[in-house]
Amino acid sequence: MASLRDIRRRIKSVKNTSQITKAMQMVAASKMRKAQQAALAGRPYAQILNRVLTTLRDRVDHALHPLLAHRENESRELVILLTTDKGLCGALNTNLCREAMNFDKERTDFISIGRKGTQFLARSGRNMLAEFPLRDQPTFLESRAVSKLAMEKFLSGAVDRVTVLFPLFVNTLSQVPTAMTLLPITSLAEMGFGEAADEAAAAKVDDSALLIEPDSRTVLDAILPYYVHFELYQMLLGARASEHSARMVAMKSATDNAKQLVKDLTLEYNKARQASITNEILEIATAQLALG
Amino acid sequence: MPLLLEIITPESKVFSEEVEAVVVPGSEGELGILPQHIGLLVQLEPGELRVQNRGEELHLAVGGGFVEVSADKVSVLTDMAIREDDIDESAAEEAMRRAEAAMRDEKLHGEEYASVQASLQKSLAQLKVKRRRGH
Repeated sequence: MASLRDIRRRIKSVKNTSQITKAMQMVAASKMRKAQQAALAGRPYAQILNRVLTTLRDRVDHALHPLLAHRENESRELVILLTTDKGLCGALNTNLCREAMNFDKERTDFISIGRKGTQFLARSGRNMLAEFPLRDQPTFLESRAVSKLAMEKFLSGAVDRVTVLFPLFVNTLSQVPTAMTLLPITSLAEMGFGEAADEAAAAKVDDSALLIEPDSRTVLDAILPYYVHFELYQMLLGARASEHSARMVAMKSATDNAKQLVKDLTLEYNKARQASITNEILEIATAQLALG
Repeated sequence: MPLLLEIITPESKVFSEEVEAVVVPGSEGELGILPQHIGLLVQLEPGELRVQNRGEELHLAVGGGFVEVSADKVSVLTDMAIREDDIDESAAEEAMRRAEAAMRDEKLHGEEYASVQASLQKSLAQLKVKRRRGH
C-alpha cells in the first residue's frame, strides 16, 4: 500500500491538473462562442453569393469556364487538410487523419493548414505541397492565400480536383470529418448550401429580364474566385469552431475524471490514515499488556 | 414603393433598411437605383455609396464586390462597408501611408501587391467619403 505521503502528493498533483483542464475548458468555451459567431455572420453573404452565382450559371455556358469545368479523367487530386495547431482536443485530429489516409497515396497532393496535420503528413510520407500556419482567428486575406494557391494548381492542370478535408461543425458534441469538393465548382447543393440554391431556383422566375454590367462573362470571371475564397474561408471558420468545441468537451471530461480520481484517492488516503491510527492504538495496547 | 437595401460583408450584415434611392459606384460609373429597377447585376468598385431616405442622405465607404438589384431589393456584397460617422480619418490616412510605403517596397509581388493595393483603394474610398463633407 502506498504511503500516506505518496497519496497526498498524488492528490495534490491531480488537483493541479484538474485546475489547468478546467481553465482550458473555460477558455475553449469562450473561443468557441466567438468562432461560432464568426461562422454564422458569413451566412447572409453566402446566401446572396450563391443566388447571384446560380443566376449567372444559367446564363453562361459554364462548361466553358475553367473553374466550373469537370475534367474527363481525374488523375491527380489536391487535398487541403484543415487540422489544429494544438492538441488536447479529443479525437478531432485523429479522425481527420484517418480520413486523409483514404486518399490514394500516389495520386494525391496535400496542402496542410495546422501543425498536427503537417506532422501526420510528414510521418506517413505523403506528398505535401505547402503548409500554411494560420492564426486562431483567420482573416479573409490569410485564407485567400491558400485558396489562391489551390486555384493556381487547378487552373494550371497540375491537379484535376481540389477537395477540402475539415471537421464539419454539427453541434458542440459532434464534429464530423468531411471532404468537400472545392474545385471544380460543382452543384451548389453539394457545397453545403442546399437551401440557398433551392431558394435561388424559386426566385429565378422574376428576374428573367436581368441586366448584367459590364457583361455576364466578366462578372462571372470576377465572382467565381470570390466564391472559392469565401467558401474556403467559411470552412476554415467552421473548422476553428469545431476545434474549440472539441477541446472544450475533451477538457470537460478530463476535469470530471480528475475530480473522480481525487475522490477515489481521498478515500484511499483516509483508509490508510485510519489503518495507521488503528495500528498505533494496537501497538500501545499491546505494549501496555506486556508491561502490566 | 419601398426599396430594401442590404449591405453585406463576409463578417456581418452592415445595413438592412428600406430606402428611397441608392447610388452605387459601379465598374462602369456611378449608378442610381430607384424602386422598380430592372433586374441588374453590377460589379462594385471601391468608392462611395449614397443612400437617400426621407430627405436624408447617408454616405458609406465600400470596397470591391457586387451589387444585385431586383424590383424591390438591392443587395450589396462587398468586403468592406463603413458608415461615414464611423470612418476614422486618421486611421484611414495612416493605413494609406502604410500601403503606399509597402507598394514602394519593390519586394512585394503577386498576391501581396494586389492586397496592398486593394487596402489602399479602400482607405482612399473612406477618405473621399469623409472629406467631401468638408471636415
